[in-house]
Amino acid sequence: MADLETLRAEVATWLRANAPASIAGTMLTNDEGIWGGRKAVFPSLDAKRWLETMAARGWTAPTWPREYGGAGLSPDEAKVVQQELARLRLPPPLVGFGLTMIGPTLLQFGTEEQRREHLPKICRGEIRWCQGYSEPGAGSDLAALDTRAVLDGDHLVVTGQKVWTSYADESDWIFALVRTDPIAKKQEGITFLLIDMASPGVSVRPIRLISGASPFCETYFDGVRVPLRNVVSKMNAGWTVAKALLGHERSMIADVFGGGAPRKGKGSALAALARRYVGDENGRVGDPVLRDQIAQADLDTKCLALTVQRSRDAMKAGHRPGPETSMFKYTATELNERRHELMIRIAGPQGLGWEGEGFASDELAMTRAWLRSRGNSIEGGTSEIQLNVIAKRVLGLPD
Amino acid sequence: MNLALTEDQGLLAKTAADFVAERSPVARVRKLRDEKTPPGFSRDLWREMAGLGWVGIPFPEWAGGAGMGLADLAVVLEALGRGLAPEPFLSSVLLGGQAVLLGGSDAQRKAVLPALCSGDRLLALAFQEDGSRYDLNRIVTRAEACDAGWRISGRKIQVLDAGAADQVVVAARTAGGERDSVGISLFLLSAKIPGLRVRPQQRIDSRSAAMVELESVVAGHDDVLGEPGSGGALLEQVVDRATVGVCAEMLGLMTEAFERTLAYLKTRVQFGVPIGSFQALKHRAALCFIEIELSRSAVMAAARAVDEDSPEAQQLVSAAKARCSDAAIRVTNEAVQMHGGIGMTDEHDIGFFMKRARVAELTFGDAAWHRDRYARLEGY
Ligand SMILES: Cc1cc2nc3c(=O)[nH]c(=O)nc-3n(C[C@H](O)[C@H](O)[C@H](O)COP(=O)(O)OP(=O)(O)OC[C@H]3O[C@@H](n4cnc5c(N)ncnc54)[C@H](O)[C@@H]3O)c2cc1C
Repeated sequence: MADLETLRAEVATWLRANAPASIAGTMLTNDEGIWGGRKAVFPSLDAKRWLETMAARGWTAPTWPREYGGAGLSPDEAKVVQQELARLRLPPPLVGFGLTMIGPTLLQFGTEEQRREHLPKICRGEIRWCQGYSEPGAGSDLAALDTRAVLDGDHLVVTGQKVWTSYADESDWIFALVRTDPIAKKQEGITFLLIDMASPGVSVRPIRLISGASPFCETYFDGVRVPLRNVVSKMNAGWTVAKALLGHERSMIADVFGGGAPRKGKGSALAALARRYVGDENGRVGDPVLRDQIAQADLDTKCLALTVQRSRDAMKAGHRPGPETSMFKYTATELNERRHELMIRIAGPQGLGWEGEGFASDELAMTRAWLRSRGNSIEGGTSEIQLNVIAKRVLGLPD
Repeated sequence: MNLALTEDQGLLAKTAADFVAERSPVARVRKLRDEKTPPGFSRDLWREMAGLGWVGIPFPEWAGGAGMGLADLAVVLEALGRGLAPEPFLSSVLLGGQAVLLGGSDAQRKAVLPALCSGDRLLALAFQEDGSRYDLNRIVTRAEACDAGWRISGRKIQVLDAGAADQVVVAARTAGGERDSVGISLFLLSAKIPGLRVRPQQRIDSRSAAMVELESVVAGHDDVLGEPGSGGALLEQVVDRATVGVCAEMLGLMTEAFERTLAYLKTRVQFGVPIGSFQALKHRAALCFIEIELSRSAVMAAARAVDEDSPEAQQLVSAAKARCSDAAIRVTNEAVQMHGGIGMTDEHDIGFFMKRARVAELTFGDAAWHRDRYARLEGY
C-alpha cells in the first residue's frame, strides 16, 4: 500500500508537469474523447500533444507490457493513474475499441507477430479499430453469420456484409468474424480475422441514427484478400475468441455507463438539473415524485458502483471474472437509460427540442444523448441476451 | 474500504451456515410459531450462540464481547436470516445493547453488557408509537421531571421481544415539540418496574413483539442513557446499526428463498419440461439474482462504513435499506408466484420467507422512506 501511495505522488507530480494546461476538464462524454487513427481530427493541438506525451509514458494502456507500448503496471497501479487523472480533471488521452476490445484479445490470443504489429500502434493512437460482428441476418444469434472467407493460397478471400459497424467510416482496421466452414456446426466454422480497411473491395456506408448522428455503418466486403497471418488463434476457432472479446466489450460498456469508479464530492447531477427546472422548496427538489425517482437512480448507481468494486476486490482475492459481466452490462446500460429518460422528464418541454431556437445548446445535447442512450441496451448484446446468459450460465436454468 | 470477506469472516460464515443447517432449519421456526409459547424463540439456542461468541460480536472485550464490528455480525445475521431464526439479535444486541454501549455511563455499561454478552440478560428498545411510522423524532410519550427523577407515561407499539426482555430502553420526550429531535431522552428501565405493562402483539412473521404501556412509571436520574434531552441523535445512531442488521438478515432470507425457487424451477415439470426452461421465468429469475447481488454490495458497504465511522455511513445505511427492502419483496413475491398453488399453502415453507420479508421491509423505514432520507442527506 505504501508503494501505491509513493506511486500516487509520482504520478500526480508527473501529470502536473506534463499535461498541457488547456486540457483539464475538456472531455465530457466518451464520444467526445480522442479515438485516434489515420483520420483522427484533434480538437486542439494540446489534445494531440497530450496523446503523444501519455503514449510515450505507456499510460494510454497502462497495464499492457512495455514491449507493446504499455507501462506494465498492475491493475492496482493502473487504478492509481486513473484516479489521479480523474482528480486533476484530466481526460483520458485516448479511447476506443483498440484499447478496450482488440488489444486485450490479442494479448490473450494473438501471435507474437500480431502483438508487435498492432499493439504499439493502438497505444500511440495511430490505428483506429472497428468491430465487424453483426450482420443483417445475425444479430443476437451472432453465430448465424455468413460473411464468407475462402482459402486461396496464403490468403483468405472475404465476401459479405456487416452492419451496425460503429465508426467503420473513421476506422483503419476491422476485426471481423467470417465463416470459413459452411458445413460444420455454426459455432465451429467461424474464424476471427484482422482486416486492413484500405484493402481493395472494402466499402462502408454510414447509417443515420434516431439521434441524428451517424456513428455506425454498413460494411461491405467484395473479394477482399486478407493474408492468413491475420487469423487470430486458428482457422475455425474464432468463436472462442469472439466470446472472450465480448466479455471485454461488456465490461467496457459497463465501465463507461456508470459502473466505473464512484464519483466523489460533486453531489447529485440529477438533483442539480431538477433545481434548474422545477425549483427548490426548503432545500428539497420541488417535485416530490421526481425527487424520489432521482434518489432511486442515484441509489442504484451507487449500488452498481459498489458491486463493481466488490467484484474487483474478489478478483484480487483470486476469483476469476465469469458470466457475471452480463450482470454489469445489463445493469449499467438499463440504469444509464433510466437516468437519461429522467433527465428529459425533469427538463419537461425543454427536453423536446431537435434543433433551432427556443432551446439551449445543452438542452439539445441532452435530448440527443437520451436518444443515443436507447442503443445501450441493444449494442454489445441486448438486455434480453444478457438475461439469457445469466439464467443459463450463472443460474444453471435448463434450455 | 474492501468489499471482500476477510479470511476470518469467511470461516465465521461457514460456521454460521453449518449451525443454521443443523440447529435452526425453518421447521424449527414453524414449530415455535405453532406452539405459541413465549418468548417465541429458544433461550437455550440463544445461550449457545452466546457461547459461540456471536452475541458479543459488537461489544468490547472487557464486557465479554469480541470487540468486532457490524461487518462481522452481518455475516452471522445473514446465515441466521437463511433459517429465519427468531433469536433476539435485533432487539438485544443491536437496539437495546447498542443504546447502552453508545449512550450509557461506565456504570450502566458495566451493569448491563457482560450479562448481555453471556446470554443471560435480554434487552429491548421501545421507540415506535401509534402514528409515528418511521419518524424517530415523533415521540409523544412524555417524561416529566419529578422529585425521584422522571415520571413517564405513554404507549409504544411493536416493540421487538419486549415480552422476554429483562430491561427495556424507552424513548420519551423530556422537552420539545412532537417532532423535535432535541428533547428526546432514552431511559433504561427494568421490565418489572411498576406501571410498565407489556401486551403481546401478533404479527405475520410470528416473531415476538409487544405494546409497552407506561403509566406514571417513575425512573431515577441514573436511569437516563446519556444527557437528558440528547437521546434523539443516539436513537438515530442505534437504529442505523439495527438497520444494517435487518438488511443482513434480509440478504440471507432473500438468498435462501431464491435458491429454493431456483431448485423448484429445475425440478417442477409442466408441458413436459422443467418450468425453469420458460424464458418468462428465466428472465425474472435473472432479475432477482441481480437485485440480490446489488443488495449484497450495499449491505457490505454499509456495515463497513459504520464500523469505520465513515462520513458516508448514514447514506450507505439508507442505500442498503432501500435496496434490500425492494429486493426482498421482489424476490419473495416471485418465489411464491413461481411455486404456483403450493406456494400459497401454509404447509410449504416459502410463504414464511415472504412474511418475514414484509415485516423486515417495514421495520426501520421502507424503501421510499430511506430514499427520502438519502436525498436529504445528499442535500436535495
Ligand atoms: C449503437 C449501436 C452500436 C453498435 N455497434 C456495433 C459494432 O460496432 N459492431 C457490431 O458488430 N455490431 C454493433 N451493433 C449491433 C448489435 O450488437 C446488435 O444490434 C445486437 O446484437 C442485436 O442484434 P439485432 O439488431 O439483429 O437484433 P435482434 O437480434 O433481431 O433482436 C431483436 C429483439 O429480439 C430480442 N431477441 C433476440 N433473440 C432473443 C432471444 N434468444 N431471447 C429473447 N429475446 C431475443 C432482442 O433482445 C431484441 O429485443 C451495434 C448496435 C447499436 C444499437
